[in-house]
Amino acid sequence: MRYLPHTAEDRQAMLATIGFANDEALFVDVPAHARLSGPVAGLSLTKSEIEVERHLQALAAKNRPAGSMASFLGCGAYRHHVPASVDYIIQRGEFLTSYTPYQPEIAQGTLQYLFEFQTQVALLTGMEVANASMYDAATSCVEAVMMANRITRRGKAILSGALHPHYRETVETHGRFSGFAVEALAPSPDGLKGLAERIDAKTSCVVVQYPNVFGRLEDFSALAAACQKAGALLVCAVPEILSMGAVTPPGDMGADIVVAEGQSIGNPLNFGGPYVGLFAAKEKYVRQMPGRLCGETVDADGKRGWVLTLSTREQHIRREKATSNICTNSGLCALAFTVHLSLLGEQGMAQLAALNHAHASLLADKLGAIKGVELLNDAFFNEFALRLPRDAASVVDALVAKGVLGGVPGGRLWPGNADMANLLIVAATETNTQAEMDLFASALAAELGGVL
Amino acid sequence: MLEEKLIFEQGVPGRIGVDVPAAPAAKSRLGAFKRKAPIGLPCLSEPQVVRHFTRLSQKNYGIDSGLFALGSCTMKHNPRLNEKMARLPGFADIHPLQPVQTVQGALELIDELAHWLKTLTGMPAVAMSPAAGAHGELCGMVAIWSAIQAKGEGATRTRVLVPESAHGTNPATAALLGFTVDPIPADARGRVDLAAFEKKLGPDVAAIMLTNPNTCGLFENDIRKIADLIHAAGGYFYCDGANYNAIAGRVRPADLGVDAMHINLHKTFSTPHGGGGPGSGPVVLSALLAPYAPLPYVVHGANGFALVETATGAAKPFGRLKAFNGQMGMFVRALAYMLSHGADGIRQASTDAVLNANYILARLRDVMSPAFDGGPCMHEALFDDTFLKDTGISTLDFAKAMIDEGYHPMTMYFPLVVHGAMLVEPTESESKESLDAFIDTLRYLAVEARKPGAAAWFQAAPRLTPRRRLDETRAARAPVLRWKPPVKTAQAAE
Repeated sequence: MRYLPHTAEDRQAMLATIGFANDEALFVDVPAHARLSGPVAGLSLTKSEIEVERHLQALAAKNRPAGSMASFLGCGAYRHHVPASVDYIIQRGEFLTSYTPYQPEIAQGTLQYLFEFQTQVALLTGMEVANASMYDAATSCVEAVMMANRITRRGKAILSGALHPHYRETVETHGRFSGFAVEALAPSPDGLKGLAERIDAKTSCVVVQYPNVFGRLEDFSALAAACQKAGALLVCAVPEILSMGAVTPPGDMGADIVVAEGQSIGNPLNFGGPYVGLFAAKEKYVRQMPGRLCGETVDADGKRGWVLTLSTREQHIRREKATSNICTNSGLCALAFTVHLSLLGEQGMAQLAALNHAHASLLADKLGAIKGVELLNDAFFNEFALRLPRDAASVVDALVAKGVLGGVPGGRLWPGNADMANLLIVAATETNTQAEMDLFASALAAELGGVL
Repeated sequence: MLEEKLIFEQGVPGRIGVDVPAAPAAKSRLGAFKRKAPIGLPCLSEPQVVRHFTRLSQKNYGIDSGLFALGSCTMKHNPRLNEKMARLPGFADIHPLQPVQTVQGALELIDELAHWLKTLTGMPAVAMSPAAGAHGELCGMVAIWSAIQAKGEGATRTRVLVPESAHGTNPATAALLGFTVDPIPADARGRVDLAAFEKKLGPDVAAIMLTNPNTCGLFENDIRKIADLIHAAGGYFYCDGANYNAIAGRVRPADLGVDAMHINLHKTFSTPHGGGGPGSGPVVLSALLAPYAPLPYVVHGANGFALVETATGAAKPFGRLKAFNGQMGMFVRALAYMLSHGADGIRQASTDAVLNANYILARLRDVMSPAFDGGPCMHEALFDDTFLKDTGISTLDFAKAMIDEGYHPMTMYFPLVVHGAMLVEPTESESKESLDAFIDTLRYLAVEARKPGAAAWFQAAPRLTPRRRLDETRAARAPVLRWKPPVKTAQAAE
C-alpha cells in the first residue's frame, strides 16, 4: 500500500520494542466479540492509482458539467471563472496540508491570510468586523439568528419570503430543536412585504436576503430602522457576494449582521460544497460572534504578527456555555476567496460585476421578449425570475436535450407550492457567451412555442 | 526572512490581477442600488499576488513539511490523487440544482461512499450532509432528540452525560439542543468511571456522548457495558467518532452498541485540513435513528438515482442542516482514499497508526511521563508534565522548543483531565526512520529540560521561526480584527 511506509520487518521490530508479540496485542482493550479477524467483508481491496482514477473518471463521466453546456443556474451557487493562479496557490502544500493555526509561530501564513480575509469581507459587506469563515451561507444564517437571540435575549426570528428556501429550512431546523421561534413568510418576490408589521417585543431579528432569491434588489433601510426602534436586529443574507462590486452594500442600509455565501469568489460549484460562509457584524457585537477570529498582535521582539483570538467564546474553552458548537471553518475555501479577490482588486471587482450585470440584463431582454414569458424583476444584479406559461421543471428538463441548463425551476426550491411551479430563476455570469444566451433564448422560445 | 506586508499595504491604484473582458452595452437594472462609494480593495498585479501568497505559504508548517504531532487532529499524508480527482469537471463543475438526470454520477458517488461508511461501521444508515465533525455531532444528537420527541419523552429526558475528557464540541452540542450537560469523571485508568456513570443513569437521561477511542488515547474497554446500561435506561449512545481512524477496519461501531457516530472524513479518510477546513462529518445511524436522518438524501429507484429533498413515506427527517447536497468535494477525496486503501489497507492503516503511537510511548516512557501506562494506547500517546516537575518549564515551553527542532508540536493541555497534557498523534503515514528521528528529538529535549538553567532556554523558544512567541493576551484585550487605512497625519493632528 503506497501510503503506508512500514515494511513487515519494520512492524516486527517495532512490536518487539513495545514488547508485543503481534498486532492483536495492540487491540487487547477491544471487547473480543467486536474484534474483526480480517478486512471488513463486502468492500474492494487496495487499488493502484490508475485503477482509482479509472473508477472515479467513470463516475465523473456520468455527470454533465455546467461547462459542457450553456448553463444559467444560480440560487446561491454561481459558476464563475477562477483564475489559474488561485488553484495553484491553494494547492501549495504549506496551505493545503496545514491545520488550524494552533501554533501561531509556524502558521503566520494562514493567520495573515485570515486577517486579510476578515478585512475583505468587512469591506465588501460594508460592516465593521468579520470572522474567519463558516461552513456556508445557510449555516451562517443560523448562527446569525442565534447571535441575535443572545444579544436581544429574545427568541423569535422573522424570515423574509424571499429568503433562499434552503437557508430558511436550515434556520427552521435549528429553531425546532434549539427552542427559538421562526416565523417564515410565504415565498414572494416582494421579500420585504409583511415583515415590518410582524416585529413585536419577542422578535430578536428579521432576516432578509439581498439580492433576494428571485434576484431582486430590495431597499431594506426602512425595515432596518423599524428593527432598531423595536430592539430587534436586521440580518441580511447575501447569496451572490460578487454583487457587492456593483451595488450598495447591506451595511450602508443598516444591517446589524451580514451573512453571505463566498463561493462565487475563488471556489468552484462542487455540487453544493464545500463552500465558504461569510459572517460580518457591527463591532459592538464582536464578542457575540461565532466562529474563529484572527487578531493582530506583536511577538516577543515587538514585530507585528497574528493569532487566533477571543476564543473564550468558543466550545473548546466554554464547553456547554459556548455560544456556538462550530469548530471547523472553511480555511482553504477562504484562502481561495482571498487570493481571487486580491487578483480582482477594486477595479476587477467593479469590472467583473459590471460584466455579470450586463450579461444578465441582455439575457433578461431576450427571454422577457418571448411570448408568454413574464420578467418579474425590476432591479436585479445577475439573476432574475421569469413566470412561464407552464410548469418550469418540465421546461428545464426538456432544455437539457438542447444543451441548455436553463435555470432553477420554482418546483425545485418550493416543492408542492403551486404558486411557484411556473417560476424560473435564471442567472447569467461572465462565463456565459452571447452564443449561449442566444441558444437559451431560441431553445426556450421553441420549447414554449411548441405548447402555446 | 522578508517581511510580508498585508495586501492592503501593497496595492497601487491602476493595477489589476485579472483582465476582465469588456462588458457589452446593456441597460442597467441596478437602479437606486448602484454602488456609490468604492469598496476599498487594494489593486495588485498577478505576479504580486502570486508572490505574496507564496511567501505567506513559506511561513506555514504542513504535513507535507514534516511530522505534525497534533493529537486528535490526525495530520496524515494527503495524497495528491485525491486533489486531482476532486477537480475533475464532472465533480467540481456541477451545480447543486442541476436536473438530477444530469448528475447521476455525483449521486452514485455519494451512494458508494455511503455504502463504504455503512459497511465499515456496520451501521444501517448514514446522513451525508454535515459539513464538519461538530456539525455531525449536531446531526446525530438531533436524530436522538427527534427519536425522544417521537416517543413523547421530550419533556422528561433532559440530561446528557458527557465525560470530562470529551471534546469541547460535545457539551456545546448537547447544550445547543437544550439538554443539561452532566459530566462524568474519568477513573484512574483514564476511562469513564463506570460506578459514577451508573449512579447518574435515570429516566431523565437522554444520551451519553462518548469519544471512543477516548481523548486520553485509550479504548473504553467497558464500552459494551456502557452501551447496554444506557440502552436499559432508555437513553441513546452517541459516539464521537473523531478518533475512528484508530479502529477503522478493525472494529465495527455497530458491534459496540453505538446509536449514532460522526466520522470526520478529513481525519479518517484524509481530505486536506487546509488551515482549518473545510471538513465533512457524515453520521452513521442505528436502525432506530435512521428514520430521523436529515434532508436531503440519495435513493436508488427505477430511473436511477434520485435526491430526496422533502419528507416521504416512513421517514421523519428533522429537516435540512445546510444548503444543497453535502460536501461533495470532500466526498470525492474521501472515496479516492478509501478505494486506494481498500478494506485491507484501511485495516492496516489503523493498525499502523496504533503501532506508531505505542512505539512512541514505549521509547519515551523512561524520559517523559505517560499519563496512563497500564496497557497499549490507541493511535495517540498521552503524556503529562510530571517529567518537567521542578524544572520551571511548562508544557507550552516544551512544545515551543520542538518547533525549533523542526516539528509541529503535539496537542497541549488537552484532555483537561491530565495535568499539562501532551497528546501525540503520529498517524500511520510516518516511517520508522521518521518516528525514530522524532523520538530522538523528544528524548534530547526531555534530557535537556532536566539540566540546571534550562528553563530560560526553553522559555525563549521558538527562535528560528518567522515570529517569536506572540502576545495572545494583547490580541484578546484590545482586538484588532481587520486592517484599517492609516489615519492621515493632518487629520491625526486635529
